[in-house]
Amino acid sequence: MGAQKKGGGGARVSEDAEEQSRQRLQAILLADSFATKFRPVTLERPKVLLPIVNVPMIDYTLAWLEYAGIEEVFVFCCAHSTQIIEYLEKSEWYSHPNLVVRTIESHKSISAGDALRYMYEQQTETSQIQGDFVLVSGDTVSNMPLADLIQEHRDRKKKDEKAIMTMVIKQSKSSSLTHQSRLGTDQLFIAVDPLTKQLLHYEEDKIDHPSGSVCLDKSLLESNPSVLVCNDMQDCYIDICSPEVLSLFEDNFDYQHLRRHFVKGVLVDDIMGYKIFTHEIHSSYAARIDNFRSYDTVSKDIIQRWTYPYVPDINFSGNRPLRLGRQGIYRACDAVLSRSADVGASSVIGYGTKIGDGDKILNSVIGNGCCIGSNVVIEGSYIWNNVTIEDGCEIRNAIVCDGVKIRAGAVLQPGVVLSFNVVVGRDFVVPAYSKVSLLQQPTTEDSDDELEYADSSSATADQLSGLNLQMESKASELGPDGAGYIWEVCEGAHDEEWKHSVAPIPEDKLAEITQAIDDDDTDDESVVPTSGELKSDADSINTDMNDPNDDYDYFEKEVEGTVLRAVEENIKVDLVTLEINGLRLSYNMESADCAGATFYSMMKLAVDTPHNSASELYKNAASIITKWKELLGFYVKKIDEQIEVIMKFEEMCQESPKELGPLFTQILHLLYDKDVLQEDAILRWAEEKAGADEADKVYLKQCDTFIQWLKEASEEEDEDDEDEEEDD
Amino acid sequence: MPDVQSMVAEFVNKLRKRKIEGSQATAKCTVELLRSVISHQRVPHANQAAALIDAVKAVGQQLVAANPVELAVGNVVRRVLHIIREEDLSLTTAAMAGLDLLDASDDDDIDNCKGIGYPAMSAAVVAAAARSTLRPPSLQTLLEGTPESATVPYTSSSGADSESKSKSADKSSLTRKLKHDVIEGVNQLIHEISGCHEQIAEQAIEHIHQNEVILTLGSSRTVLEFLCAAKEKKRSFRVFVAEGAPRYQGHLLAKELVARGLQTTVITDSAVFAMISRVNMVIIGAHAVMANGGVIGPVGVNMAALAAKKHAVPFVVLAGSHKLCPLYPHNPEVLLNELRSPSELLDFGEFSDCLDFGAGSGSLQVVNPTFDYVPPNLVSLFITDTGGHNPSYMYRLIADYYSADDLVM
Repeated sequence: MGAQKKGGGGARVSEDAEEQSRQRLQAILLADSFATKFRPVTLERPKVLLPIVNVPMIDYTLAWLEYAGIEEVFVFCCAHSTQIIEYLEKSEWYSHPNLVVRTIESHKSISAGDALRYMYEQQTETSQIQGDFVLVSGDTVSNMPLADLIQEHRDRKKKDEKAIMTMVIKQSKSSSLTHQSRLGTDQLFIAVDPLTKQLLHYEEDKIDHPSGSVCLDKSLLESNPSVLVCNDMQDCYIDICSPEVLSLFEDNFDYQHLRRHFVKGVLVDDIMGYKIFTHEIHSSYAARIDNFRSYDTVSKDIIQRWTYPYVPDINFSGNRPLRLGRQGIYRACDAVLSRSADVGASSVIGYGTKIGDGDKILNSVIGNGCCIGSNVVIEGSYIWNNVTIEDGCEIRNAIVCDGVKIRAGAVLQPGVVLSFNVVVGRDFVVPAYSKVSLLQQPTTEDSDDELEYADSSSATADQLSGLNLQMESKASELGPDGAGYIWEVCEGAHDEEWKHSVAPIPEDKLAEITQAIDDDDTDDESVVPTSGELKSDADSINTDMNDPNDDYDYFEKEVEGTVLRAVEENIKVDLVTLEINGLRLSYNMESADCAGATFYSMMKLAVDTPHNSASELYKNAASIITKWKELLGFYVKKIDEQIEVIMKFEEMCQESPKELGPLFTQILHLLYDKDVLQEDAILRWAEEKAGADEADKVYLKQCDTFIQWLKEASEEEDEDDEDEEEDD
Repeated sequence: MPDVQSMVAEFVNKLRKRKIEGSQATAKCTVELLRSVISHQRVPHANQAAALIDAVKAVGQQLVAANPVELAVGNVVRRVLHIIREEDLSLTTAAMAGLDLLDASDDDDIDNCKGIGYPAMSAAVVAAAARSTLRPPSLQTLLEGTPESATVPYTSSSGADSESKSKSADKSSLTRKLKHDVIEGVNQLIHEISGCHEQIAEQAIEHIHQNEVILTLGSSRTVLEFLCAAKEKKRSFRVFVAEGAPRYQGHLLAKELVARGLQTTVITDSAVFAMISRVNMVIIGAHAVMANGGVIGPVGVNMAALAAKKHAVPFVVLAGSHKLCPLYPHNPEVLLNELRSPSELLDFGEFSDCLDFGAGSGSLQVVNPTFDYVPPNLVSLFITDTGGHNPSYMYRLIADYYSADDLVM
């Protein structure tokens, strides 16, 4: 027996030596999505710990990485880092024999770019990352093998120094109607060299700004004899990266998003000739849970066993396996089902859950320790742990988080998300797509996609402490005996509401889109050969028309911010012009727009400065205009631009007739005096306005005398000129 | 014992992730793991067998829970438990009898000379010795005569099996001896498992005749060895291989067979019924054999068995003794099947638009079971490493290999 033992030990030693001769396989797992799509749920718990089919997402990712032969994982924690670390400590991952899990905490990072930069800084001190690594986020569900892919990446790297990244893609057809993938993400256009698999072009078809066309650089075609353009690929967000990727992020400190900035940067700006390659997977599964729609899709894929062996009836990460019955029903052995309960196909019922009489459950996932009363209908919904649902409730296509109580007779309409511990009152109907939380909606400042809940861990604590007071005052939002706030939908997100929710896209919406497409077809059938795939988006015509206006609004806001800062910090005119020029280029505006926007922001500043009377306001305006006339002068060199300024001013006066209105003539005069406006411009404006409606002529009339005076002056001047000529 | 524990954890992990496939490989890994568990287990002076049994049971439960579908794990754990019980029994009876060991040691030498050929035989002898105490009274044991007269001769032979060390019959050497004997027994089991292919293949010549046509389905190493053994004995015959969709392991088998010089034809699974009238015998490898003589095999096997029945073609199942499972298939605790990923059937990308549950239209569901169950009445013959048996005889074999106390772990 001694001999046997030795033999076994010897074999292991030689294996170890082999392992050391090759590089350790490492992965960076971003345990933060740096997005707000899962709000309000993510205010209280990090996204990677949200359960998907009753197992936290991060367990799927770690189990897969372990299975794929990764030996060391760096879990990058940002928001709610303590919760993640606590969870990992409790789970078996810290003591796993084959996989070393290390956590890295950084609260300052607000994007994937920041996270990688932080990793790079750490790297210089500790050099943890030894070579190529796998970059994934903690919400990835996959069963693809990685070892061969990493080897492929390394071989390619050996041959070609510039091949720094291999990106995993998978075929997945997107809906021709909504132009979104199964996972609810935007349709993706990529161009790949069919021979080398090099990625040449990457473009997400933004839902809010559909471009209608895909532009390929001509030089692409010159350098690559054949290019494969496809729109049925799904980006799995699994990347094999070389260490250069980290340093690239360090060098380009403005890179935030992995795809929008980094990939685009490498492809378009052609940094150092670096190349990205793609790898298409066929038989294995990979998907990232990016929004509620993908939460739904991936859950169903797991139940349908595409993710095998990461399925509920296999204990893959310390989860208690469920028993798989007929029709794909997964049921815990101690779940109590009433005899009259009807549990339909593709449902999951967790441990210690009780299901009452006459319940109908279809296509739903029910977590552990739930208590469901009688005659409840649950369809296509995700009920997490310890939820109490009283008799006669109706729940369709909703996500219900831990500890929620739904009182008798309440109805959840499709797309509802109830965050932790919300109470829905008796017979209350929660309207479709509403998001309900015990926490109040944060102010809209950070509605920006990228600026994520990095600070939310501290904010949450504050909010929680003040919660009880708030709750009492506004508890009635969910009925008399309910508790929780219904979040308002942020502006511009109306689209996302149905595109990204767990609920299937409603019929009428589909009909609407189909209608729009039909209209579209009749419009441009003659012009565009309907290839179908590269065709413009359904509502592109409408949005195209709106687009400039939207852009102008943004532009105006930005200019306003710049001018405000300039005034506050007393920045030199040259620098301000430089900044505004930059904005002008990035928004593709004309200099007339700049003039309008600059003037607008100056006047706004004047109005916003505290003042008591009209004369004081005039004084404010005068001082600002005097001080910044050079800036304004930079943009109002031409008559057209000057007219634009006057029009803008008129517009402003119409908006606030009480404050600015009476001062119209005075300020116009001032501008004339300060040489910002020339008399030609004013006169032409007057001419143009002469033919307008009476309502529009208010300000023209107001400055009638001024114009008369100008006219006379110019005539005099003309005469003078003539005189002079005569004198000669 | 951290290293044993980490070994167990590693193996559990492998089982969970379905990294090990094939019952023979799994069985071998399991029994090797159990051997090291036993050898590292410290035994108290009193009641050592119980300590060993508890240790093995604890590990066994983990292993079975890790992959309940792989029945070979449970089988092997039960076999090891049985070995412990037997050795314990034989030691205590030897201690009680405590005499006439010298002539018995001759027997033992003969056993050693014969080598690996007869491990099963010696196990059978020991099992026979233990029969009266380990098994609930049955008609046969009652008829075998009075327990006293039965036990004494058996004791002498089983004492022989446990080598001549028991000469010093004091307590401390007994302690070491039990563990030693158990490990000896486990080693024999390892031999038995790794040698089962040859054992079964040896019988090939008796079953395959000249110019016959053999049909098989899926891929099984046992079947491959069996067919090749017949080929080596200069039998010429033809083999039809049903491809075994969706994993198409039949293709691999066909490749191997051709490489070994057999006349091979690949057919689709759906062509089995059409071809069965030309076939003289169906030979398949089992995933597990249940206590009632039913067989769990690759998906599609039941169809082949029904076709064989219809045309009165013998349906022969090859199974090593580690595949004999003491459980009944209608027991709800026995998970008979495993549904694998649908990606083996169809390409996700091609069908991704049908799988869109969000669109509200009809959705596609894919079921991909791994195993099939063949009821005992469709099986003509089992060929195990101990010879050919009728399905109705399976429960007797199982009674020899397992003790009733271990059926429920």
